[in-house]
Amino acid sequence: MSSWDDDDSAAAAATDVELLKRAWRNEKAAPEILRFDSPLVSRVREQIQLLEETLDDFADSGVDDLVVSLYQMDLDRTLFLLRSYLRLRLQKIEKYTMHISRSDDLLSRLSQQERRFAKSCAEIMEKHLEQSVLSKLPYGYDSVTRQSLSSTEDDMVPEPQLDTFVFCKTKSDVGAFQLDDIGEEVVDLVADDLYVLRYKSIKGLVEGGRIDLI
Amino acid sequence: MAGQSDPHLSIFSPSEVEFVAEDEIVEIVPNIRMDALNMICGDFGPFFPQIPTKVPLWLAVALKKRSKCTIRTPDWMTVDRLTQVLEAERESPREFQPLPFHYIEISKLLFDHARDDISDAYLVRSLIEDIRDVRFHKVETGLETISGRTHAVKLKNLSAMEVNIVRPFMVRTLQAFYKHDSPQMIQQADNTGSRATPVTDRGPRRDLRRR
Repeated sequence: MSSWDDDDSAAAAATDVELLKRAWRNEKAAPEILRFDSPLVSRVREQIQLLEETLDDFADSGVDDLVVSLYQMDLDRTLFLLRSYLRLRLQKIEKYTMHISRSDDLLSRLSQQERRFAKSCAEIMEKHLEQSVLSKLPYGYDSVTRQSLSSTEDDMVPEPQLDTFVFCKTKSDVGAFQLDDIGEEVVDLVADDLYVLRYKSIKGLVEGGRIDLI
Repeated sequence: MAGQSDPHLSIFSPSEVEFVAEDEIVEIVPNIRMDALNMICGDFGPFFPQIPTKVPLWLAVALKKRSKCTIRTPDWMTVDRLTQVLEAERESPREFQPLPFHYIEISKLLFDHARDDISDAYLVRSLIEDIRDVRFHKVETGLETISGRTHAVKLKNLSAMEVNIVRPFMVRTLQAFYKHDSPQMIQQADNTGSRATPVTDRGPRRDLRRR
């Protein structure tokens, strides 16, 4: 029926494409940026490169057009997944650049290149805001991160809404799961059933790979 | 272009849902001989004429377009099975019948590219449309029961495309309710579809004041 049945053990049976697809879906559905799966991306890049070289060889050695076009489709599909995954993350970094830059935890979720991107994005943004608007505001209101001197915290920094609801499925039974702090909301999470829950409550499960976002 | 498909990050376009569905495995009967394909997404083949082989849907469609195979209709897509499902859907107003997660996308792709391989295609298509209507009506009814007390929704057996259609509205609704009506005591409520779960009474109910 569905491909959920196919993996009995978490990563062992899943191909890199399936893992990438899962990472892509999670990233798309999650409001905040998730951990960059560095080993997975390198493996996929290697395979893409290998296939590109193979296709070049095919072109020279006159392999059947049909076979070439099928491999090309496989390549295109994988490239789409990878590109979309990377672009999604860049979009999130751009959107929440200040928020990410000041949190070590969030920064640690980025790849090295993404960190450079985040840093220069924040710098450019700050410079632009200062030059175009902030320098012309009266003293006390010209901070990039705070509305005014009377703000007790950085309230001008956009943050992702972790409270948003997401659709998800668990791979295996999680059992009774507590959704909030007071212990009033408990949900029985059964494998393969679809739930709509607050992202914040299941954040840990997503990071641990026990729940997939749809 | 990859990643440019939506202004709001968390929305999947229908094409993207179809993209995911295209990796589902179907059975084809090739009419050519071809060596095994060792692709990034998996190994398939080798292909021999008249020997059924399992491949991903996108590959099956590609071969079918070039007239290199016929596609075997999946077991769940027969008139008999679908009639059973439709009856069961109609009889259980709070439950969704188990169907393949990508049944809408799979059937659409097969209708578009391999209609001649489906027996009673016209009937199958109209059955699936009816099933979609009944199910979606249930989703709409279920949406009406969402209240401030809803902290989780269970949608057992809902399919990918149905999820995608209802996602924006449902998320915004749940968000709005959560923001505007988060009482100290929230009761557990199992809304759309599933077995009857005993609801423990944890306190006085607080209804939204009706205008």
